[in-house]
Amino acid sequence: MQALVAEGVDTIFGYPGGAIMPTFDALFDYDKQINHILTRHEQGATHAAQGYARVSGKVGVCLVTSGPAATNAITGIADAMLDSTPMVVVTGQVGSALLGTDAFQEIDVVGVSQPITKWSYQIRRAEDIAWAVARAFYIARSGRPGPVVLDFAKNAQVQEVVFDYKPCTFIRSYLPIPEVQPEQIEAAAALINGAKKPFALVGQGVVLANAEKELKEFLEKGNIPAAWTLLGASAMPSDFPLNKGFLGMHGNVAPNMKTNECDVLIAIGMRFDDRVTGDLKTYAKQAKIIHLDIDAAEIGKNVIPDAPVLGSAKDTLPALTAKLNPAKHDEWIASFEEFEKLEYEKVIQREVHPESGEMTMGEVIHKVSEATLNNAVIVTDVGQNQMMAARYSRYSQTRSLVTSGGLGTMGFGIPAAMGAKMGAPERTVCMFSGDGGFQMTIQELGTIMQEQIGVKMIILNNHFLGMVRQWQEMFFEERYSFTEMQNPDFIAIAKAYRIEGTEVHKRDELDAAIADMLKDDKPYLLVVNVEKKGMVFPMVPAGACVTNILLGD
Amino acid sequence: METKLYTITVFSENTVGLLGQITIIFTRRSINIETLSVSPSALKGIHKFTITLFATEDVVSKVVKQIDKRVDILKAYYNTDEDLVFQEIALYKVATEKLLAQGSIEELIRKYHIRILEMNNDFVVLQKAGHYNETQQMFEELRDSVGVLQFIRSGRVAITRSKVERLSDMLETIQEQYEKSKIAE
Repeated sequence: MQALVAEGVDTIFGYPGGAIMPTFDALFDYDKQINHILTRHEQGATHAAQGYARVSGKVGVCLVTSGPAATNAITGIADAMLDSTPMVVVTGQVGSALLGTDAFQEIDVVGVSQPITKWSYQIRRAEDIAWAVARAFYIARSGRPGPVVLDFAKNAQVQEVVFDYKPCTFIRSYLPIPEVQPEQIEAAAALINGAKKPFALVGQGVVLANAEKELKEFLEKGNIPAAWTLLGASAMPSDFPLNKGFLGMHGNVAPNMKTNECDVLIAIGMRFDDRVTGDLKTYAKQAKIIHLDIDAAEIGKNVIPDAPVLGSAKDTLPALTAKLNPAKHDEWIASFEEFEKLEYEKVIQREVHPESGEMTMGEVIHKVSEATLNNAVIVTDVGQNQMMAARYSRYSQTRSLVTSGGLGTMGFGIPAAMGAKMGAPERTVCMFSGDGGFQMTIQELGTIMQEQIGVKMIILNNHFLGMVRQWQEMFFEERYSFTEMQNPDFIAIAKAYRIEGTEVHKRDELDAAIADMLKDDKPYLLVVNVEKKGMVFPMVPAGACVTNILLGD
Repeated sequence: METKLYTITVFSENTVGLLGQITIIFTRRSINIETLSVSPSALKGIHKFTITLFATEDVVSKVVKQIDKRVDILKAYYNTDEDLVFQEIALYKVATEKLLAQGSIEELIRKYHIRILEMNNDFVVLQKAGHYNETQQMFEELRDSVGVLQFIRSGRVAITRSKVERLSDMLETIQEQYEKSKIAE
């Protein structure tokens, strides 16, 4: 406990049990310094810690017991690994003497978690606690962040040692932030200075490095249009003139088309995920590619760059900006408009401003975003609700979209929203979920009730597993195999948890319901019954070329 | 792209579960490890892994980056045979009676530079160090002439053709940079 306090931990998401009871007993005396949130499932604790970390930039902390608790936590740990989220998960473990004997609630947590953690360590002696905790937090937060598991044997929890805590700032086998190589900067700057049609791709690396300002200066000086990945959302405000929108499978038309038209492609803290690139064989082949990343293993992993730039965006962007010649690319930037107009006419207008018919996901998200003055933290579940929320929310400040990108974990929404609200209590947190994902972690309504966490939950209810249904319609000959859902009365469930809520069936009820939801800072559930067969467009089919973008017309 | 035999050398801290961390990187990409040997290195507290695999350079370079990325790994790099001096060791158990029955063993010993590690009424244990094809050739000859009761070959051990272990330089640089950064603070 002292070690956690020394690391500045003030919030823990957890769930007690046999092998972690001594630690929970110690926690009982620290209620002034540490706020422990009892979730209803260990998976919820991990996603809550993720939400907390993503909005605050601090390390999210979970405390759970051994065996089934540890395996329940695995989904959130894997999610944090793929989305580079700083998190420390402490799992209880049977006493050292029982290790390897198939003791009650014993599993090999280090073995199971190793492939999906940045570091995983078993504490067997109390002498190691201070060292291991310091190291865990250092590893979780430094460089490219990620989850760390500390498997805490019960005997080590009860031994007494003299507390001697030194924060960890150096591990000789670990170089979190590679030094900027001036020759790499020169090479990249030369390419950009020679470019007629430069185009930047902004990933979460910018947010994790707190380099939003450096990004803006870089783009402005070079007059470079930029687009963002799902996790790079809100690194640039929506109204920033050089912000040209969302990349990838359900991104905007213009940035996808322009990827294969630009002459220099500048990837900043992003990893060329397949949902962004589509078919790599046809991806940006005409362009010289510059890749800025903090992780050497990302460079050349999917796309081989002409100019790699290793280092933190916080260091590499200003170094690059200093070498740029101020440029003007008016004509090139204006050329995005044609596709923006096309997308607006073919997709956005009917999604966001439908004149008749059933309500759409896009219009709900648009209205919520406007009602919160584009200042809310948007949390999503996974699926159509997620893509729609990313597309139609507008962002005025950084760290405003919390979503499960790499792992695509349904059920992420509710617990992540709880964590996000705890991490940014002064901000409004709106969580969009489908009817499917909501029911995967619905038990966390209990946590919201107990802690009175003021999250605004919006179910975009189409009575289908919508994204799978969309694929079935498009690629599986409309064979809707097990995607239709009979749903419970969500409002009645919320009521049972003493959470206020409203269900909306008609368009003319929507504005009033949103206003009711946002009237105070209490938890609220808004269920909006949207069209059953809504589709997310545009869409680059999986494995297709990014210019093969379908508009659904 | 061309598949070749590569040797990956890994230096790591001596912590529990390191081997697992390395092997899962291969498993995930379904790459077979051909040989593996692990031992303490010349530097105290640091272990050295020598792994061989058949792969394209693209694959092996990505695998090495993933290994190098792990927190407890000090350094990982790969080489082809041209950059290395390397050796494997093989033990052969044959029946004493049969070995003696085929006549002089002097010829065999001279031909393969064999050592005899153990000899009794029942069996003889022969040891040969060499490259894979050399130990394999001897295995085949013995198998066809007198029969081999047991055979075991070690993983590869390898040393680069450069003058010193690159790691010691690297460690010094890391330590210096750290000291400098501490002073700067």
